[in-house]
Amino acid sequence: MLKAIEKYQPVGADQIKVWYKAAALEKFPKNGGACIKYKEKQIAVFNFTRTGQWYACQNLCPHKMEMVLSRGMIGEENMIPKVACPLHKNTFSLQTGENLNGSLEAIATYPVKVENGYVYVGFAE
Amino acid sequence: MKTIIVVGNGMVGYKFCEKFVSKNESKNFKLQVFGEEPRAAYDRVHLSQFFEKRDAKALELAPLEWYQENDIHLIVNERVTDIHRDRKSITTSTDKEYHYDYLILATGSAPFVPPITGIEKKGVFVYRTIEDLEGMLAYADEIKKNKPNCRAAVLGGGLLGLEAGKAVMDMGLEPHVVEYAPKLMPRQLDSRSSNVLQLTLEEMGIKIHTGKATNQILGNGVITGMDFGEDDTLEVDMLVVSAGIRPRDELAKTCDLEMGVRGGIVVNKKMQTSDPYIYAIGEVALYNQMIYGLVAPGYEMAEVAVNQILENHQAAMQESIDMSTKLKLIGVDVASFGIPYMPANKGLSIIYENKTKGIYKRINVSHDGKTLLGGIMVGDAADYSILHQMYLNNMPLPDNAEELIVGARGEGGSAFGSAMDLPDTAVICSCEAVTKGAICCSVLEDGNETVKGVSKATKAGTGCGGCKPMLSDLVAESLKSIGKTVKQSICEHFNYSRQELYDIVKTRAVQDYDELLDTVGTGHGCEVCKPAVAAIFASIYNETANRQETIQDTNDRFLANIQRNGTYSVVPRVAGGEITPKQLMALGRIAQKYDLYTKITGGQRIDMFGAKLHELPLIWEDLIAEGFETGQAYGKSLRTVKSCVGSTWCRYGMDESVSFAIEIEHRYKGIRSPHKLKGGVSGCIRECAEARCKDFGFIAVEGGWNVYVAGNGGANPKHAELLAEKVDKQTAITYVDRFIMFYIKTAQPLQRTAAWLEKLEGGITYLKNVVINDSLGIANELDLEMQSYVDTYKCEWKEAVENPEIRSRYSHFVNSEDEDDTIEFVSLREQKMPKQWA
Ligand code: SRM
Ligand SMILES: Cc1cc2nc3c(=O)[nH]c(=O)nc-3n(C[C@H](O)[C@H](O)[C@H](O)COP(=O)(O)OP(=O)(O)OC[C@H]3O[C@@H](n4cnc5c(N)ncnc54)[C@H](O)[C@@H]3O)c2cc1C
Ligand code: SF4
Ligand code: FES
Repeated sequence: MLKAIEKYQPVGADQIKVWYKAAALEKFPKNGGACIKYKEKQIAVFNFTRTGQWYACQNLCPHKMEMVLSRGMIGEENMIPKVACPLHKNTFSLQTGENLNGSLEAIATYPVKVENGYVYVGFAE
Repeated sequence: MKTIIVVGNGMVGYKFCEKFVSKNESKNFKLQVFGEEPRAAYDRVHLSQFFEKRDAKALELAPLEWYQENDIHLIVNERVTDIHRDRKSITTSTDKEYHYDYLILATGSAPFVPPITGIEKKGVFVYRTIEDLEGMLAYADEIKKNKPNCRAAVLGGGLLGLEAGKAVMDMGLEPHVVEYAPKLMPRQLDSRSSNVLQLTLEEMGIKIHTGKATNQILGNGVITGMDFGEDDTLEVDMLVVSAGIRPRDELAKTCDLEMGVRGGIVVNKKMQTSDPYIYAIGEVALYNQMIYGLVAPGYEMAEVAVNQILENHQAAMQESIDMSTKLKLIGVDVASFGIPYMPANKGLSIIYENKTKGIYKRINVSHDGKTLLGGIMVGDAADYSILHQMYLNNMPLPDNAEELIVGARGEGGSAFGSAMDLPDTAVICSCEAVTKGAICCSVLEDGNETVKGVSKATKAGTGCGGCKPMLSDLVAESLKSIGKTVKQSICEHFNYSRQELYDIVKTRAVQDYDELLDTVGTGHGCEVCKPAVAAIFASIYNETANRQETIQDTNDRFLANIQRNGTYSVVPRVAGGEITPKQLMALGRIAQKYDLYTKITGGQRIDMFGAKLHELPLIWEDLIAEGFETGQAYGKSLRTVKSCVGSTWCRYGMDESVSFAIEIEHRYKGIRSPHKLKGGVSGCIRECAEARCKDFGFIAVEGGWNVYVAGNGGANPKHAELLAEKVDKQTAITYVDRFIMFYIKTAQPLQRTAAWLEKLEGGITYLKNVVINDSLGIANELDLEMQSYVDTYKCEWKEAVENPEIRSRYSHFVNSEDEDDTIEFVSLREQKMPKQWA
């Protein structure tokens, strides 16, 4: 069986095979995140209302392997959008997935788009 | 282009590279580095931190990319095996040969392992590399599996040995330190200070055995004990040898460089060995017939070697090298500087000893009383940096030299003025050789106004960190000299302190976080400013966490404490700890219905663990139907008011403590504050409610209530201070109302009342004046604000379950009704617990 973390591989703009229609825009809190389910994956989707940007990443925090990132606070550090894990406040770039305040392995990030009031997340399979 | 080969990528070898590439002329050289360890250079000084985080990367001095970016060819995991001086080349363990123009030997040292019979047994370790530590951890885990109370001994009671002693203790083993000399840290401490240190360490649980010569390591292949002769043995399951260091000079032998009689590669003050094209630096170098086992002299050697190679020929090592040290990590202050102890014909000593407090201080002064020659401090080394500076800079002593150690400290002012009195040439950070002048200049001329900024610009404080207190003093004082104060800005998004933001929100009636960010902040916020600002809004408008949910800290956002596995706990309020049998049964029934783990908390109530996110509103709906309300076990707000049973039942009770506790808990419930608040009410001075360990506490006495404030348990326990004596209940409440309001308005984020009072200028006397005598004329305002809190309380869980919009936040997925299927529980004593982390 796949180890939980191996399920999550970053998807770049050129690898998108499916734009999954996740949920209506208003399901996502302003300046915050929510979790969506896609096949066997849990994906955290973040609504940066202040900048109009959307980001998505795995919901699994690589620190203690808990499904919690969507419940973390979002913010920005040196212009990099980030999420802070609610459990121990490790922070991750939502652009590259990199762990900003430590040396945990990077998380997988996914492309997001909003069309006609719906939020779509890009997957490679 | 010339080639420099550096052998050894340890702390000093790395420093050589760093200093070398920072010079312009270095462009004409190729830098080739070999390291025998499997990873690039790391911070050996803070090796023991590996036990906490187990994160080798955190110790790294520079990432591999740094070497690439600076064109340094680093090959790790490859030992240099031979030097061929005739053809100026070296060979490595893979039999490759490399040519050099200059060769730098930075091979450091290895732990000295005395030739004791049996020392090769399994379970015996040294303490030098990350691999050593990994080995120790794995071994400790294994022996702990088979035996509950394993013991580990450390051979050697010097600086490093004590650090290792603390490390094995942190690994959960019973620590023993075995020292051959009759005292600990024989080189740095005199016998009396050593005694004081020994007592303190023993109190911490470290067993000390001095004057013990180890004859033999016992055990059949695996260590089981140590034998000191004459039937004197110590049973141990693990041993860490920390008996000194030996320079790793094996390479010098392969090519006949001059060496010391007891090892070490001889260098001159230019750091050249007997071959002018070969330099030796760090712990392998024998300078002035000494090996220096500290980083600061090693770094200085690196600087000298860099300059020499770049033909800056004046650069040279100083004659005498400062070996002052401060012990780190172990939980007791120990420091010694200069000549720590000496016979009376060399100098006079002033000694202060207080065994009850574990404090010993000694300074040695010249016969004419004018110069400080050295000293020792155990138990309280707060003044180490400044004394050390006085010694290094030969500064004049006050007329009464004893003031330096017993001085008027504490009662306002010390004998030595401020760090600003030091000469500009005083070296503040010895690891990076940064002077006071450079630090002040960085503040005054380069405009660096924070400790972090100055640290970044000058590198001061980036080594062992010992100079940090003095560094921040200097930054603060320099700013003061130009009429500025150190900004306690909360993060990069707000250049304001909490108190300033509090005033801004209040006076400009700012409505939400975004508005505040748009008017006085920059950027888009982060996990530091959001909860701090959330607390300010909550305090000013008494609003619940439900309104601006995404700026709340983890636990507030979902009105529950998140647990290890991402589930939550549920804690209803049980004011004063009083609960009816009917309510108890209701709690039991509800916990059973949702299969929750239950536990009586240390705050006299019941915690139910293991609720999934989507279950929270369902559970609370049931609890509210039974008459419960939120206990705010999350949130920085009132937790519990602990009570003893008091005069209603207790034969000693002077007043009704339970009734008072319930009343006061309902009064303050829901109020958001900089940190959590706890209260206690005891019915008599036997103090069964531990009221003096709380942020506020009342104790019934003959003739009224004694009121205590600003105590806490937790990480830094502190007893509360007496605010008023024998007052009636109403007065007691008024005083505490004002105390809490004043605290809410002026404290830093996450500062508890005790820490706040400690920082409040004038302390408890000032607080009494504000609260009792209304010296600031704000008592009325404080009273009104408190009353408005009391009047506008609402249970935020009731709000959450009744409001569909808020309630909809409690689902794991926004696109599916499914539960989180990754959460697993295992059983535990007829209840359950989260499955352990993999
Ligand atoms: C449940 C409980 C332990 C228990 O099983 O008994 C507990 C559990 C937690 N404590 Fe505590 N503390 C509990 C009583 C205490 C006590 C004892 C007391 O109140 O008499 C103390 C020491 C007294 C004091 O605070 O002065 C205590 C000192 C702390 C501290 C350290 C505070 C400090 O100033 O150093 C923290 C950390 C913090 O707040 O930052 C903490 C933090 C926590 C957190 C909230 C950590 C977290 O964020 O997950 C734990 C949450 C568990 C949960 O989900 O409910 N807990 N904690 C107790 C709940 C009491 C209640 O009914 O609300
Ligand atoms: C637990 C601990 C705590 C300490 N605490 C302090 C403290 O608080 N303050 C302080 O000032 N000092 C402290 N020290 C001492 C400090 O770490 C040393 O002074 C410093 O590391 C010396 O640097 P170095 O580069 O000379 O040696 P090292 O850091 O040991 O580096 C030498 C490197 O060379 C490599 N090497 C050796 N031979 C070869 C070869 N033939 N080929 C290739 N590579 C080779 C070694 O593997 C090693 O990586 C502490 C040391 C330890 C172990
Ligand atoms: S003492 Fe530590 S582990 Fe125990 S409940 Fe409090 S915070 Fe958690
Ligand atoms: S689980 Fe995410 S930071 Fe620890």
